[in-house]
Amino acid sequence: MSLSITLTLNGVTRAIAFEDARVTLLDLLRDRLDLPGTKKGCDRGQCGACTVLVNGRRTTACLTLAATLEGAEVTTIEGLAPEGTLHPVQQAFIDNDAFQCGYCTPGQIMSAVGLIAEGRAGTDPERIREGMSGNICRCAAYHGITLAVQQATRSMVHPDTAAKTGDAA
Amino acid sequence: MKPFDFKQPATLEQALTLWHPGAAWLGGGTNLVDLMKIGVARPDTVIDITRIPGLSEIDLADDGSARIGALVKNSDLADHPGFAARFPMVAEALLSGASGQLRNAATLGGNLMQAPRCPWFQLPESACNRRNPGSGCDARQVGGLALIGASEGCSAIHPSDLCVPLLALDAVVEVAGPDGHREVPFATLHRLPGEHPETATTLAPGELIVALRLPAGAARFAGHAAYLKVRERTSFAFALTSAAAALELRDGRITAARLALGGIAPKPWRVPEAEALLIGQPPGAEVFARAAAHALEGADPAARKNWRRLLAIRTAQKALHMAALGTPETLPALPGSVFRSPAQEVSHA
Ligand SMILES: Cc1cc2nc3c(=O)[nH]c(=O)nc-3n(C[C@H](O)[C@H](O)[C@H](O)COP(=O)(O)OP(=O)(O)OC[C@H]3O[C@@H](n4cnc5c(N)ncnc54)[C@H](O)[C@@H]3O)c2cc1C
Ligand code: FES
Ligand code: FES
Repeated sequence: MSLSITLTLNGVTRAIAFEDARVTLLDLLRDRLDLPGTKKGCDRGQCGACTVLVNGRRTTACLTLAATLEGAEVTTIEGLAPEGTLHPVQQAFIDNDAFQCGYCTPGQIMSAVGLIAEGRAGTDPERIREGMSGNICRCAAYHGITLAVQQATRSMVHPDTAAKTGDAA
Repeated sequence: MKPFDFKQPATLEQALTLWHPGAAWLGGGTNLVDLMKIGVARPDTVIDITRIPGLSEIDLADDGSARIGALVKNSDLADHPGFAARFPMVAEALLSGASGQLRNAATLGGNLMQAPRCPWFQLPESACNRRNPGSGCDARQVGGLALIGASEGCSAIHPSDLCVPLLALDAVVEVAGPDGHREVPFATLHRLPGEHPETATTLAPGELIVALRLPAGAARFAGHAAYLKVRERTSFAFALTSAAAALELRDGRITAARLALGGIAPKPWRVPEAEALLIGQPPGAEVFARAAAHALEGADPAARKNWRRLLAIRTAQKALHMAALGTPETLPALPGSVFRSPAQEVSHA
């Protein structure tokens, strides 16, 4: 069964053909479109490593069939900021040592971007931890991740009062 | 994963025509795609229903009732301010389930129809009457899972959080099928396994959930409602036990009560006689304990399950207590959690 979809991927609209309806968005990105920044952890929705934005909302690419995405807008870690620059969430992860091995980090960052857009957590550390609970970090960088989301929220939502480091979480 | 044909009907009529035995509806895919990957679901055709128009609305009527399209995302329903104000324990149950990413994909219809998380059901090598009728049940090795409502053939537990408050509030499911439209009271949507564990719901093959309604009377519990979910970690875990409790209080007495439990049975569990024990009583620890114990009457007394029976009773008791204190002004930071801080429990009654 041959399928084709038109996607706006990291700002570029492109027609994508593939042979098999079993292809997930995650495998499409990594294996066919040369965008390996999105990671595969569990492949079952349990770890968040594959988090991307679909139509501006965070979702797990591993449980999304590519065939369902006709007309969708997809943003991956590669497309978050223009080449050579960092998105405020990326900068905040560096500033707060929010990773060790880095494997979960693209998913954490995309999830944080989604969470901040949802406006559900603000800078409340408890709400940030709850909102980020779909992203597992086996290195347990959770403290830094919470600080990074606080810092990024401040700089994105209230740029005037942005401090470089977050509140004690 | 078994190869399949992919269809994306543009109308409800097209969708109903495309269905045939062996086909599966696809909502958000967070359950179906997962089960297809591990070889538990093996459809020959996947019918993506998410392009069907008119199934994504949330309508709040002036009489207090609500109608929610089957394709409404779990996150959009929980975040709808009018809906959450009217049915706070439904919003809280939704937000206590899965993760932010999954709730953005998961649909209302898919949540209602999700499959059990029984480890043997999810392991194609093992015996499972639900997956493979007549093959037996490997969950018997551990004495079965459900505390109540199980049969010899199957003891898988219904995993949904959302379904627990929906049962308590007498929701109604609107269904479309080859023979037209019909309505299914929530209490009869899910089946007990009995001799046919392979049939988990009362939907006929080819029927599709199109909407869910909450009756006008459900909104009167808005000021005194709680969903409590006990988990092995604070967030992103299925319920060990859960309870939806809702009260109407007048002059210091309970005038209406609802209590439903999750995590203990093959379907969300509700015992009207337990609710009746509360009517006319002032809210208090003793009457809550009696009602909670009554809701678990008939639970499997096996020693290896006794801790869960006790946990379920205490979960129901605490949920009733939280409901009596009053619904918090804003959704708690940790939805459904026992670690909701006391400040957030303060009553606005
Ligand atoms: C890691 C993980 C953690 C989770 N944790 C929780 C949790 O804590 N609490 C909880 O409640 N849930 C939890 N879930 C389950 C989640 O809520 C369900 O997967 C989700 O609600 C299913 O919705 P969907 O739209 O993605 O369904 P799909 O996967 O698309 O479909 C599920 C089933 O419903 C059928 N279906 C879909 N739509 C309709 C319709 N309109 N009419 C008839 N049949 C239909 C499909 O054919 C399929 O059989 C978790 C899931 C995952 C992967
Ligand atoms: S790879 Fe998608 S959630 Fe783990
Ligand atoms: S940084 Fe190693 S898993 Fe998160």
